[in-house]
Amino acid sequence: MNLGSSESLAAYAARFGLKQSSARPSLSKYIREVWERRHFIWAFASAKNIAMYSDSRLGQVWQLLTPLLNVGVYFLIFGVILSTTRGGVPDFIPFLVTGVFMFGFMQRSIQSGSKSVGDNLSLIRALHFPRATLPLAIAVVEFQQLVLSLIVLMLIVVGFGEPISLHMLLFIPVVGLQLMFNVGAGMIMARLGAFNRDITQLLPFITRTWLYLSGVIWSIPYLLQHSKALKDNPWLGEILKANPGYVYVELSRHTLLGDYRHYVHHKLHMHSTAELWIWAVIWAVVALVAGFLFFFRAEERYGRG
Amino acid sequence: MVNAQLAQNPVDIDPTRDPIVVVDGLHIVYRVYGAGGKGNAASAISRVIKRQKRPSMTEVHAIKGLSFVAYRGEAVGVIGTNGSGKSTLLQAIAGLLPPARGGVYTDGQPSLLGVNAALMKDLTGERNVVLGCLAMGMTPQETKEKYQEVVDFAGLKPGFINYPMRTYSSGMGARLRFAIAAAKTHDVLLIDEALATGDGKFRTKSKKRIEELRKDAGAVFLVAHQLDVVRETCDRVIWLDDGQMRMDGDPDTVLDAYTEATQK
Repeated sequence: MNLGSSESLAAYAARFGLKQSSARPSLSKYIREVWERRHFIWAFASAKNIAMYSDSRLGQVWQLLTPLLNVGVYFLIFGVILSTTRGGVPDFIPFLVTGVFMFGFMQRSIQSGSKSVGDNLSLIRALHFPRATLPLAIAVVEFQQLVLSLIVLMLIVVGFGEPISLHMLLFIPVVGLQLMFNVGAGMIMARLGAFNRDITQLLPFITRTWLYLSGVIWSIPYLLQHSKALKDNPWLGEILKANPGYVYVELSRHTLLGDYRHYVHHKLHMHSTAELWIWAVIWAVVALVAGFLFFFRAEERYGRG
Repeated sequence: MVNAQLAQNPVDIDPTRDPIVVVDGLHIVYRVYGAGGKGNAASAISRVIKRQKRPSMTEVHAIKGLSFVAYRGEAVGVIGTNGSGKSTLLQAIAGLLPPARGGVYTDGQPSLLGVNAALMKDLTGERNVVLGCLAMGMTPQETKEKYQEVVDFAGLKPGFINYPMRTYSSGMGARLRFAIAAAKTHDVLLIDEALATGDGKFRTKSKKRIEELRKDAGAVFLVAHQLDVVRETCDRVIWLDDGQMRMDGDPDTVLDAYTEATQK
């Protein structure tokens, strides 16, 4: 039978239920496919974590050594050389370490998220699987790294005389909310980074600016009370307080460091903990939903070129 | 547009069989970013300021109005000289290259097995097997069951399965990749030279596996330069020349014509 003009090939294909090979699935099917790959996400993350230090002699020891060395650097500069209790912040070292670890978690998730598609092109081109599993797996890699850092963090917090209390359990949901935010932000960066490699060159500068705006090495509540510029422009303060970088770092301190919480509430008279929780939940949900949808909408284009 | 449709080759449809891949008036144009231009920072800045496109970018019209129908259970060999569009065609069927015009329709998700697909080169062969199986959507239980089968099929030298994949020779890498991909039944399996680096023993094994995959009512596309591999494995051969269909038919006829044409 010659096709002639009776039926186009496209109509013939449609009659047999064939689909455009480059079309993306429906959102619900996609979410189901990602869920089916949950074992892949976990196995991929663990494998990446193991491979990360495979070239160095100390190997996995670096997972613990890296956060410890980070703490050492900050202790040297802020604890010994500058020897400061900046703006009356009590127990500056635990304050600083909490900030550096929690902000670093976000910073690394976003940076490696932006490379999650580009670094795995060979896998993407070889096998078919929902691409969202890659930025998800990268977020899990960072989470696995964080867990070790958190052990160091807890030792430091307790070592500086913070009594262990039930209030610290609230830190767990903070980490969970930040993980949600990181996954969402990482997925947005994954799509941007997949089509524009310039982003990965620019990101370190953006995240460093963000670090200074997020009150990682100083206390934003103290700044809000004492900076003239912020008092004259209250809207600026509102922006600083809504910044997700600040929200998760500050909330971690409020849950872990009783002295600091007391200091903010009673010395600075800022009862901001509830506000922080609200922002933390909003950012987590918005970032996760928006990030997933944003990533999904380019699903069929990853790995092309 | 009219010209392009006129240039298409006519397609005969066999109404008694189920199609699995329909390629309809396909045109593929892809961009190549590569060397070219002065390549220093100053010239890059002046380019950005003048809002010029990257000078190194060229457009390649790789497939020019190709149409054909592949049916369930077929093993289709794709032959042609270097640069005739064979690999591009497989990438288009896999959905990795968007059509400039026309379309590719498939039943199920095609999987492309290329020479350069290194999977994860820093991880051991063992990890690659597990991750590859999980990525294809197998459960951990299925992966565990299939693991030994995949390793045996790949036939690596003892011990190599525990080395990072970047230490593998190209032949070993290709064998492991094929073994992983073949662990699952695919609707459409696209093999781009992936068997080229294997030795004779592996070729026999992979031929057997391709037979099995075909029996599961999928279709297999094979790009190879070794014509004897195509003759042994395929029951239909498509000859591409400069992105267009030169010949489409049973292996012996097409391969003989191809050999005659290329040896002139």
